Parts: sequence; structure tokens; C-alpha cells
Amino acid sequence: MSLMDKTARSIAEQVRRGELSAVEVVEDAFERISAVDGRPGVLDYGEISDEDKSKVHAFITLTKDRAYQQAQDVDRRVSAGEDPGPLAGVPITVKDIFCVKGTPSTAGSRMLANFVAPYTATPVERLEAAGAITLGKVNLDEFTYGSSSESSAFQPATRNPWHTDYVPGGSSGGSAAAVAAGEGLLSIGTDTGGSIRQPAAFCGVVGLKPTYGRVSRYGLIAFGSSLDCPGPVARNVGDAALMLSVMAGEDRCDSTAATLQVPDYLSSLDKDVRGLRIGISPDYMRIPYPDLQTGEVVVADLPEEIRDAILDAAQALADQGAEIVENVPMPNMSYGIPTYFVISRVEAASNLHRFDGVKYGYRTQSEFSDLREMYRKTRAEGFGLQPKLRILMGMYVSAAQYSEQYYQRALKVRSKIRSDFEAVFDPQGAYRLDTLLTPTTPTTAFKLGDVYGDTVLMQYADQLTVPANHAGIPAISIPGGISSEGLPIGLQFQAPDYREDTLFQVGHAYEQATLDADWRKIKPQVMKFVE
Amino acid sequence: MTDYETVIGLETHIQLNTTTKIFCSCKADSWEQPPNTNICPVCSGLPGVLPVLNEAAVRKGALLAAAMHSEIRLTSHFDRKNYFYPDLPKGYQISQYDMALGKGGYMDLPMPDGSMRRVQIEKLHLEEDAGKTKYEGGRRFVDFNRCGVPLVEMVTGPDLRSADEAAQYLIRLRQLLRWLGVSEADMEKGHLRCDANVSIRPVGFTGLNPKSEIKNVNSIEAVRAAINKEVERQIELVELGGRVESWTLDWDDAQQRLTKMRSKETIADYRYFREPDLLPLELSEDWRDAVLADLPELPLERRERFMHDYELPEYDADILTGDRPLSDYYETAVEAYGGDPKVVSNWIMNEILRMLNELGISANKLVLRPEHLAEVIKMVDKGTINNATGKSVLAKVQESGKAPGDIVAEEGLAQVSDDSALQAAIDKVLAASPEELASYRGGKEGLFGWFMGQIMRETRGKADPGVTRELLGKALKGE
Repeated sequence: MSLMDKTARSIAEQVRRGELSAVEVVEDAFERISAVDGRPGVLDYGEISDEDKSKVHAFITLTKDRAYQQAQDVDRRVSAGEDPGPLAGVPITVKDIFCVKGTPSTAGSRMLANFVAPYTATPVERLEAAGAITLGKVNLDEFTYGSSSESSAFQPATRNPWHTDYVPGGSSGGSAAAVAAGEGLLSIGTDTGGSIRQPAAFCGVVGLKPTYGRVSRYGLIAFGSSLDCPGPVARNVGDAALMLSVMAGEDRCDSTAATLQVPDYLSSLDKDVRGLRIGISPDYMRIPYPDLQTGEVVVADLPEEIRDAILDAAQALADQGAEIVENVPMPNMSYGIPTYFVISRVEAASNLHRFDGVKYGYRTQSEFSDLREMYRKTRAEGFGLQPKLRILMGMYVSAAQYSEQYYQRALKVRSKIRSDFEAVFDPQGAYRLDTLLTPTTPTTAFKLGDVYGDTVLMQYADQLTVPANHAGIPAISIPGGISSEGLPIGLQFQAPDYREDTLFQVGHAYEQATLDADWRKIKPQVMKFVE
Repeated sequence: MTDYETVIGLETHIQLNTTTKIFCSCKADSWEQPPNTNICPVCSGLPGVLPVLNEAAVRKGALLAAAMHSEIRLTSHFDRKNYFYPDLPKGYQISQYDMALGKGGYMDLPMPDGSMRRVQIEKLHLEEDAGKTKYEGGRRFVDFNRCGVPLVEMVTGPDLRSADEAAQYLIRLRQLLRWLGVSEADMEKGHLRCDANVSIRPVGFTGLNPKSEIKNVNSIEAVRAAINKEVERQIELVELGGRVESWTLDWDDAQQRLTKMRSKETIADYRYFREPDLLPLELSEDWRDAVLADLPELPLERRERFMHDYELPEYDADILTGDRPLSDYYETAVEAYGGDPKVVSNWIMNEILRMLNELGISANKLVLRPEHLAEVIKMVDKGTINNATGKSVLAKVQESGKAPGDIVAEEGLAQVSDDSALQAAIDKVLAASPEELASYRGGKEGLFGWFMGQIMRETRGKADPGVTRELLGKALKGE
């Protein structure tokens, strides 16, 4: 068994005890990468070959030298009897939306293709300080704007390791695909509307969106600043818990980071779920979406396989002693996407203002006669379609004459969505839920090119995940089965503010209860390259 | 010709004198530093950075708000003001919009006729400064050093009625800022910047006519000159049957000329929205009370009190409250002296102010403490030393740091009023000046002063002038 098929916790344990060298682990990681990843994403990618179509392409930048240096440092600390940290020797990947000192930090955009960050994002710094080893920066939708990772300026785009004709989801598609294919054991992603959970579900891995503010955003190239959450992507719940415990906590560089103490998440793994109140909501089992022909909003039931996965999971947890509460109303969840359309675009448009060709990043190579023309050409050439769409919409709905009608109204709806959760989590309320169990996504992964190009429909891939971003609450996606097409199905658990411990507890209990399930024996397609 | 009234509102940007910038730990002051040497990822707007609010800026802003009689909001918000400019590295300025730190307020300006002009404050908020752009050789250079310097933007109502009043407002504001210790308020260094909104209207008309906005009036003289020029232009225009349009004008101080920057466009839309990277600014009542406990008696209040309690003329009170160290100096001296406060005022207005001007320092930096001054005045009162000696003792204290009494004793400066000693000096002078004596006795009585001078020289200035005059008179008459 390759080291890349083990858990992060067991690798760290072995490295800490000196039974395994970090350098060996890193060698294994790069071996796996060269087996399954294919060429990294680049701006000038030429033809996409059949060979390309069979590989993962999780990476934009491999930081091999840095990784070996870090590994040697960990080994040196171990042999010197120093504490190498709780993630000693664990190879990780970093979504290329985080600044990492001395490495290109591209955001998947031509705009930042030449930008080398002079500082390291707080959560990445914490992971590295805990002994984790950064293998490189992984691909994503441009500036995280998308749900398939197809919109990156760096192609070939990341493909789903379970079936490379399918998207890995997005925007943390590179993170989820890398972890699923064993290209590193952990990855740090970001979740603004579902960008960790949705690709985790599509790639059959664990993805956690922590409570807003639980993890510092310092060094994360912002999308929707009031929604963005850095979080862990891992292959099992325990590894995600370990990773969060390292990343989370107060940061003097981020005043929106919570000052609350970080609990011992690992200790919540072994708590049983007896008496835990788990809700199921019919509002998460049918989804409204706009009909492409008529523009009318139609309501459809979720695919049966996904519904069944949820009900089976509920049953498995009930068997462990959890109380299942059915018919939990979440009346405002269907407004999640329209509300998100407005709020995230306003913040995104403003956050993109700084990319103007003046200080860093791309500046037009063609002639310009004045400042305005320099701005116009730089931004026209540097941004891809997705950032442009977000700028247009964001500028429109925040304009003085429309702000009341759109932006201010969206803020009100956002607080209504939050009040749905407050009502069902209220310990004195009618439902008194500890957690709400829902599907993570309305469908399993779709094929490359199937949805891309329809920005609205693409956005609806996030409709079960986005309410948690509006509300600021934590939510986790864990693997909950494999569809008849051989694609993973994700289960989502949501919990009250700062109750990530509950998510780990219930997620771990489900994992343990289904350890021997047949679907867990199925491996991703790209593992054929590993023999 | 119609009589016109001038209507002016001022928009000021005040640089707070905090140690560090408002959202990062770079130094706030980078005066004369080479471009882009006082910057960090945060103030230069690198991808991924976040602002962290400097509490000292809030404290100074709150102190200023209180001094402007503005209500301090316990919950205020920061907002993004979005616009593109090369010296604005994030493409938005973090400012405060509809829920700013200060709400309302006013400043009372004493008018020459003794009345007060109340100037309403319409806006008072915290924000970050932008950088500087420089054009040279057809190229544009950007310096981010100033990015993130804490500012208070303060906007008055259209309440000022002349260029002189506008200048008065700035003078009083500058005095207040220094008095509170919240800003160095040096206009030359851009610590206090001003734009003026100017319109005219026929006397009796109470509405507001279209105004022009004059940018870049960054000295008291410039404010006065630019407003006068603009009022002249507007009156001339209206008299010729024209209409004033809302222009933005640039004041060229070197040429003493206004140039048109742009005419009224559609109002810029800054797409304000709450800054999601900062939490709402929540101040506790305890915090506010602690800040307000530091609020000193304000210059105008102290001026009133000096006129009332010390019965000083307005002129004296105004000068003595010109800055806080001086007025503290005066009060300490009055207390130590115990006598007529006007006497202390005279000494300060003559001797101490001259000394401060010569040394270029403020009163709290004098070696000569107010207690020393009081001691000198008392010695003069008692006749221990004369007035002239008193003045020279002040200088000696400042130089040596010794107590006035010690200096007088060591240098034997006490006045000679002993008759026999004085008589001896007089006799000596008369004996040495037979010709002058003859002239005097021959009717040239103007020589009396000359004899006094000789005696003062003989006694090295210590002669009690009253006694000397009496004895000299007798001696000259040959009595």
C-alpha cells in the first residue's frame, strides 16, 4: 500500500515517532502525482490530447524544492528530538487562491499569472508550522468563480479522478481531485457558496466549510469577503478534524477571525451519537431551478439515488442511537442562490478593483494613450469570462439607483435564511436540532462542457450548500455512496455556529457505521495508473 | 447693483497623529521618506490582505468628535468607497458613510463684532488616506507611503459668509486640533487639507445656488485668496446675466489663479457598501467615558473663563489661549503670583511671547517655569529689583536654569535704595561731569535723564529709580 493511501493521522504519527521519514513520504507523493496528474495547468495549453483527458491535472504549480526542504527540516527536527508538529510529514496541496511566499499565487487567472506572493496566508502558515509539507498549488475556477473548475485560465482543467470525463466540481476542484487521487493527503480549499463541499461531494472526499471567522482569511485572495471560509479537504473525517484544529483560531491580521478558543476536535470523533438530534428537511429534497427554455422556475425532486443515500445515512445513524427529526421546514432556503447572486457579486466586483495593471499582475502589452485605456485593456485581457460577468452584475446591483432594490434587499433575505437555521437549532425551539442532514449537491458530477457556459445553471449546483454561507454556520460534506454511474454522492451535515465538533462527531460515526459498505471498496478510475 | 451674500462650506481632511497607520502597523508619518519605503502588503493593497483597525485612530477621532459637540455613535460602520485611481491601491477607500463615528456637531466662531457664528458639522468620519501621484516627464509616478494614514473627514454646513470667516474657521480648527493633541495640523505638510464650496446669493434670499468646489486650498492665505477670487468671478458673471454652474476648480497658489478642472458631471457613484473585512465598530460606554475624561477645557471656553475670572481684555484672553501650553503657563503663573492676573498677562504678552518666538518653542518647553516668572514679578513689585533687571533675570533663568532669587543674590542685582550708597554714586557722577553739571545748572534741564543713565551705569542698573530721582534732583540744585 502506498503511503498516499494512508490517513494523514497515521502518517504524522509514524513520522513523529521516527518510523518514517518525511522525505520518503514526499517521494511517494510526487510519485503518485507523476502517475496520475498529467501536465499541470498553463496559460498556453495548445491541444487537449486523449492522454490529457485521462489524467487529473490538479496542479498549476509544483513546489518540489520547497517540499523537500520542508521534509528535510521535519526529519531534522525529529532526529533532534524536537516536536515536529501534529502534521509532521503530511503532504498537502494549497488551492491557488492562497498567497504562499515565494510561489506564484495565480487565482487561476491570467491577471495574476506572474504574481509571486511576498507573504504567506495565515492558515497555510499554520499548516506548515505544524509540519505539513506543501507539494504545490492546485487548480480552481478563475478567482474561485465557478462550480466545475473549468473556468481556470490554466488548462487542462482539473478532471474528476473517479471518471475523467467528469468535472471535479469547484471551485476547489484541484483540492478535492488531488486528495481523491492521493496526490497529497490533505488540501486547503475555500468555500464561498459551496466551493469546498461541492467538489468534495463530486470527488468522494471530506470537505468542511467552517463557521465564518473560525479560520483566518488573511492571505486568501478574496471573492465574497462576508462569505469566504478557508477549510480542510481530506479523505476522512478524522484527518479533517486534525487539519482544522491546526488552521483555526484567532489571527491579529484578520479582525473578522473569531477570538473563541479552538476546541480539541479529535476528542469529538469518538463520542457516540446517542441522543443526537438529526434533522431532515423536505426543502432540501426538491429544488427549484430556472428552466433553460422558458426561464420559468420549476421545482424538481432530487434524483432517487441521492434521496436514498440521505435516508440510508439517517437510518445508519438512527441505528447508533441518534434521533431523526423529519419534516424540518427551511422555508427560505430556495432564496439562497438569488441572494447569493447579488451579495457575492457586489463584494467580488469591489474585491477585483485592485487588479488594475498598476502595481502587480498583468498589464496590457499593447499601446495605450491614457490611464483609462490602460485600465480597460488590462482588465479586458487579464480577466476571463467569469470575473467579467461578476463585475458587470456586481456593479449593476450596487449602483446607487438599484442598491435598495437588489443589494439591500438581498441582505434582508440573507438574515431570513439565517433565521431558518436559528429556529431549527434553537435549544428551546420546536426542533432542537444538533445537526441538519441534507444532500451536498442536487446531482452527482456532470460531464465537462455540459453545464459550463450556462452561468446561471452552474450556480444552481451550489443551491444546497449556499444557505450555510449566508448563515455563517459550519457544514461538512462526507462521502455517502457511489451512484450507478460510478460517481460519488455527498452527504452534508450542518450545525450551529462553532459546532464543527458535532459535524466531526456525526461524520465519524457515519464513517464507522459504513466502514464495510460495498461502495467503499470502489476506487477512483485514475488509480489504474498506480499499479 | 444687487447686494450679494457669500455662502461657504468647508470640507476638511485632518491627519491624525497616531504612531501607526489606521489599518496596518506601518508608521503613520513618512514625511520626507523616499517613495514607497513605508509600505506593507496591507496598505499597498496586495491580494489577500485584510485591514485591522487601529484603536488609537478611533480614540483621537472620538476626542475630536466630542470637541465638535458631535454625538459619538457607539455602533458605527466602515464602508467601501469604490473608485479607480492609481494611488488608491485597493480600488476602494475604506471610509465611513451613513453610520459614521460622529453624528452632527458644531463649532462656534467668535466674530469681530463680538457675536458668535455657529458652523454646523454635517459629516465627521474616519477613513484611510490614499497615496500620492506625481507627473514628471510625461510619466506618472505613484507613492503609496501615505496610503492608510488615518484621517478624519469633516464637512461643515453652508454656514460661513465670507473668505475671512472661512479663514477664521480654519484657524480655530487648527488651534483646536493642536489643543486636543489629535493632529499636528500643519497645513504645509498636508495634515490639514481643505476644499471650499462657494456660492453667492442676493442678500435676503435663503436658498442655495449652484456652488463651485475649490480644490487644493492648503493654506489659510490660499483659502482667503481663492474664495475672494471665486466670489468676484461669480458676482461678475451674474451681473452680466450669466448663471453659475457647478464647477470643480483647482487653486494654483503660485499663480494665484483658479482653473476649471471639470464641470458638473453626473454625481459620481461610489457604490458604497459595508466593508465586510471589518466588524462593526462597537464602543462601550465605559470606553467612551474614558476617552471623554481626557477631553480638556476647549480654547473658546478657556478664553471666556479668562475674560470672566481674570477680568482680562478679550485681546489678552485670545492670545493667551492661542495654544494650550501657553494658557496652562499663564494659569500656573497667575496662581503662583497671587496678585493681579492682568500684571501676569502683561509680562507674558511682552516678555514670554518674545522669548518663545525667538526660541521657536512652545511654553511647556521653557526652562523658565511659570513659578519663576511669578517670583520675578513679585521681586519687582517689592522693589527688590527694578523692571529692567526683572526682564534680564528672566533671560538668565532660561539660560541657566537657576532660580531667580539665586541669580539676584549671586550677581548682586538687588536694587540700591540705600540713601548713602546712592548719594555716593551721585556725588561721583557729578564730580566726573563738571561740564554737564554746568550746562544743567545753566538751564539745560533735559540733561536730567542723562544723569539718571550715568547713575544707573554706575550702580549697574540696581539703583531704585524713585529714590535716585529724588536725591539727584536735590544734588543738581546744589542742595
